[in-house]
Amino acid sequence: MVEMKSTRDAYGDALLKLGENTDVVVLDADLSVSTQTNKFANKYPSRFIDVGCAEQNLIGVAAGLAIGGKIPYASTYAIFAMRAWEQIRNTLAHDNIPVKIAVSHAGLTNGPDGASHQALEDIALMRVVPGMSVIVPCDAVETDRAIISESARMGPAYIRLNRSKSPVIMPEDYEFRFGQAVLLKEGNDLAIIATGTMVHAALHASDLLKKENVAARVINIHTIKPLDERRIISAAQDTGAIVTVEEHSVIGGLGSAVAELLGEYCPVPMKKIGVRDVFGESGEYEQLLEKHGLTPDVIVQSAKEVLRRKQ
Amino acid sequence: MIPTDDIEFLKKKARTIRRHVVNMIFEAGSGHPGGSLSCVDIVTVLYFYQMRHSVMGSSADHDRFFLSKGHAAPTLYAALTECGYFPVEELCSLRKFGSLLQGHPDIHIPGVEASTGSLGQGLSIACGCALAARLDNRDCRIYTLLGDGECDEGQVWEAALFAAHYKLDNLTAIIDRNGLQIDGPTEKVLSLEPIAGKWREFGWHVIEIDGNQILEIINAFKEARHITWKPTVIIAHTLKGKGVSFMEWIASFHGKALNKDEMKIALEELGGA
Repeated sequence: MVEMKSTRDAYGDALLKLGENTDVVVLDADLSVSTQTNKFANKYPSRFIDVGCAEQNLIGVAAGLAIGGKIPYASTYAIFAMRAWEQIRNTLAHDNIPVKIAVSHAGLTNGPDGASHQALEDIALMRVVPGMSVIVPCDAVETDRAIISESARMGPAYIRLNRSKSPVIMPEDYEFRFGQAVLLKEGNDLAIIATGTMVHAALHASDLLKKENVAARVINIHTIKPLDERRIISAAQDTGAIVTVEEHSVIGGLGSAVAELLGEYCPVPMKKIGVRDVFGESGEYEQLLEKHGLTPDVIVQSAKEVLRRKQ
Repeated sequence: MIPTDDIEFLKKKARTIRRHVVNMIFEAGSGHPGGSLSCVDIVTVLYFYQMRHSVMGSSADHDRFFLSKGHAAPTLYAALTECGYFPVEELCSLRKFGSLLQGHPDIHIPGVEASTGSLGQGLSIACGCALAARLDNRDCRIYTLLGDGECDEGQVWEAALFAAHYKLDNLTAIIDRNGLQIDGPTEKVLSLEPIAGKWREFGWHVIEIDGNQILEIINAFKEARHITWKPTVIIAHTLKGKGVSFMEWIASFHGKALNKDEMKIALEELGGA
């Protein structure tokens, strides 16, 4: 039986471990139950700072705490962090201030709440900011390791987490290496490059393809910025066909990052799977994934399409 | 009692800084002279009387200053150079390509605590810094200077709520109440009055002073140090363009450089060659 755990849950647990370091402070903008920062708040109340639903101030206060020597983790929903984009750019990133923005309910995972609460553009907005790192863990284990390892790395980061439970993929002894893609499955017919929740779907798709004698390489991009260019270029060289998958707009996210890179250094047939420049809507998470083609079946179809174009 | 010598020293220092500001903006050919001159006396008192700081780098119990109204960068730079943070020759490089002195305060400049210039952000940063100091039981004070027009920004009021809620009594905000913003008088663009009442209702200790009078500034900071369980805001009524007769209370000098003739007259008025 595969263990199921949401990445926000893993975030809350990781903060509890980090809390032993008295320099770690956690901020939230009135969503501590949803983001799971309430676990930290209960254990270390003096180092938990609720700013109320005021996201611009959230970023500024976190920056000030970092200037004062603290290691701040600032949380809200992904959609609302975008509200403080300019603060993130000018206050955090420009000065390379080590605030870790860990956002939950990214992508479509906030299903029933509808379009206003779903974040499908955040990777694009964060990726474009100089000096900003963008991390999208694929499961609870990777989240735990990423959150803990980020506490020791200089510079700001945007860490994208989800609301829904998802399968645990990574082994218990997994070690997170910032900026290094993870090869999850060998294969030389094509490469499926996925991030976050879509890594599991990519693995599933590769199993389906295997039954049809197609060997798909599966690569987990947990760090979208800085991108592991070497591993992506060699995947394009080795396989000659690429499919990218992400729970994000096809504009500006992982697919765009890969296309920008390969367009310059190794153009091969490629297909981007993601939300196709539309807003979300209310519905169960799985219904929304289905509607936007974020499923193993669609990955398989796309794989076949790039294989045809490759020949 | 504050020794008369101290007051005279600060007045002289303020005059020197005003001369730097006029020169720098003339050399740069662009900048914000009006709001730079209005806050000179406040910045002078902070750097030459009030704050514990050192050109050797900041330590745990040092005070910190964030210039939230970053367009007054020339004033900050002039104060920093007078303190010895960088050579005075740097001043003529303001706003020039490849120079140290960026158009708005930049973290890479010695003595600058955070890059600012996009309005509304300094108070939040100051709040975080004040909270960090309190968590560590450090005896230091955090200062930030805001423009009055800047108070149009919603983030200022988010931070105002925050500072009062967390009882940040080691935080002092100063508002350079010169009454003018880019598009004209603040009360015409977007009314701020009663500005003191607003801050008071937000839970702050409010002090109103003439922000171009050294002694009043010193006394306001002194009062702020003795306030507990509340942040303090000093509403400093100032004159935009203070010190240069033809610039005083003229909105168009918010973001316009002086020409050569204007510069000469300005320096004469400021007691220069």
